[in-house]
Amino acid sequence: MGQRIDVNHLNIYYGDFLAVEDVNLHIEPNKVTAFIGPSGCGKSTVLRTLDRMHEIIPGAHVKGEVLLEGNNLYGKDVDPVSVRRQVGMVFQRPNPFPTMSIRENVLAGVRLNNRKISKSDEDDLVEWALRGANLWQEVKDRLDNPGIGLSGGQQQRLCIARAVAVHPQVLLMDEPCSALDPISTLAVEDLINELKGDYTIVIVTHNMQQAARIADFTGFFNLKAVGQPGHLEYFADTNTMFNNPQNDEAERYISGRFG
Amino acid sequence: MSAATNSSSQIEGAPNIDFSKFETTRSHNAARQRKDRVMTVLIALAFVVALIPLISVLLTTIAGGIKRLNFDFLSHNMQGVFGGKPTPSGGYGGVLHAIIGTLEITGGAMIISIPIGLMCSVYLVEYARGGRLAHTVSLLVDVMSGIPSIVAGLFAYSLFTILGGPGTINGFEGSVALSLLMIPTVVKTSEEMLKIVPNDLREASYALGVTKQRTITKVVLRTALPGIVSGAILAIARVIGETAPLLMTAGFILNTNVNLFNGPMATLPVYVFKEFSDQTVTCPAAAGAGCVEDIPTERAWAAALVLIIIVLVLNLIGRLIEKMFAVKTER
Repeated sequence: MGQRIDVNHLNIYYGDFLAVEDVNLHIEPNKVTAFIGPSGCGKSTVLRTLDRMHEIIPGAHVKGEVLLEGNNLYGKDVDPVSVRRQVGMVFQRPNPFPTMSIRENVLAGVRLNNRKISKSDEDDLVEWALRGANLWQEVKDRLDNPGIGLSGGQQQRLCIARAVAVHPQVLLMDEPCSALDPISTLAVEDLINELKGDYTIVIVTHNMQQAARIADFTGFFNLKAVGQPGHLEYFADTNTMFNNPQNDEAERYISGRFG
Repeated sequence: MSAATNSSSQIEGAPNIDFSKFETTRSHNAARQRKDRVMTVLIALAFVVALIPLISVLLTTIAGGIKRLNFDFLSHNMQGVFGGKPTPSGGYGGVLHAIIGTLEITGGAMIISIPIGLMCSVYLVEYARGGRLAHTVSLLVDVMSGIPSIVAGLFAYSLFTILGGPGTINGFEGSVALSLLMIPTVVKTSEEMLKIVPNDLREASYALGVTKQRTITKVVLRTALPGIVSGAILAIARVIGETAPLLMTAGFILNTNVNLFNGPMATLPVYVFKEFSDQTVTCPAAAGAGCVEDIPTERAWAAALVLIIIVLVLNLIGRLIEKMFAVKTER
């Protein structure tokens, strides 16, 4: 089951530079929440704070709290590595491990964590994850081929399978379709719709139609000017966001009369 | 071509441009093609010139060395070999002791320098990302790669003088000297290889809840492995032919010494040097037909050929490993 995320007064920094200012956000469990907004406004940055990937960049840090089912991810004794096991992430560019086969890619999360599991458990996990990612039918006869040999859309679904194989409660997706063609995009969108039964999904997208198609809630991020910190301008359920937004900036952005 | 002769549509405030002025002319194109042909010939010529010494070295060594390169030569040392007369076993002496010495000493150098060099490059790329210590280490590595090999030999010699008393000479001392020459190459090449591992893969691994240590060992090093192997082979090839530091540290003996840690050891380059300095032996009239006057020179060539073959075999092994662990790039 998915878990809810509450973000309270989150300020995100790169070194001394305040990148995103005072984000307050409540992400419902088992729903798809989309982040939209112009480039550079901090959508991806906010997304990456939800599984503590932000702090991989030297000097990057946050102030404020992110609560996953009430537990602060940024608490003193919280291990970022265990956070990332609960919150999975799919990236903009499909990034299967080039040295691994399809099967090994799916198992990467388990194997790299040095957990020994039996061959039959592995087989089951591979099938479960690949079926979950709508990829099983396409690859079941060539699981030992390199993952990098698949098409872009298949690679992205392989990455989703790899993420769900760790069995997280939340899936973060950073523009997962921007490198894909429309047909692959459709496949991934269908998959997102199915996955929300089991996971809480947060997706960053530049494609407003996509947000309207798949998201239950939408957050609009904006920045006052270049060099200024970004902020969450408006958050609403998707229907309100796209049909009757109660925010001028959001309305102008959505209708394309921005700037 | 009519579009090209038209002036561009008038943009308000922008200068009027006559694009026909920028068209390439026929003579331009002809000149470009002439230049292309000349450069093609020049580059092909440069390639041939670069190949000439390589092929010439190979051919000369094969021609000079093949005569004495037989099983006897590979299976005997130089014990009891005097003048140009054949030994009681039928051969004219051999390089068994030098082959063993070279392999052991180089192997020792590998065992010292590959872990150190690799860990150093992991530190530089994965942990220190541009810190002051990283800059210092990089600088020192650059300086170290310029150390003359004789200085490395002197360093190892004086180190072992401190550790084991004056005049200490053994194979391991040679390994230490060679590893000083190898480490910079290993650091430099593996640093480059680690740098080109896409950051995407590190992030993908972290996002699966994998620790940094396992990300480095299982994803980053694994992806960079083929490059690291070829870098290591390159480093070995660079030191396996070193003569001066080995002469100083490992010394030279005629019989076989398999103990890396005790007593002098012969190595192929030193063997070549020694034999070549002898040039010829004198054959007294009583020696008979079996006596060969320029046997030392012939042995030197044959040993040189053995050295080249060892390097080639190492290269082949490296290629094989690279192929086995190659990253399939279909992107």
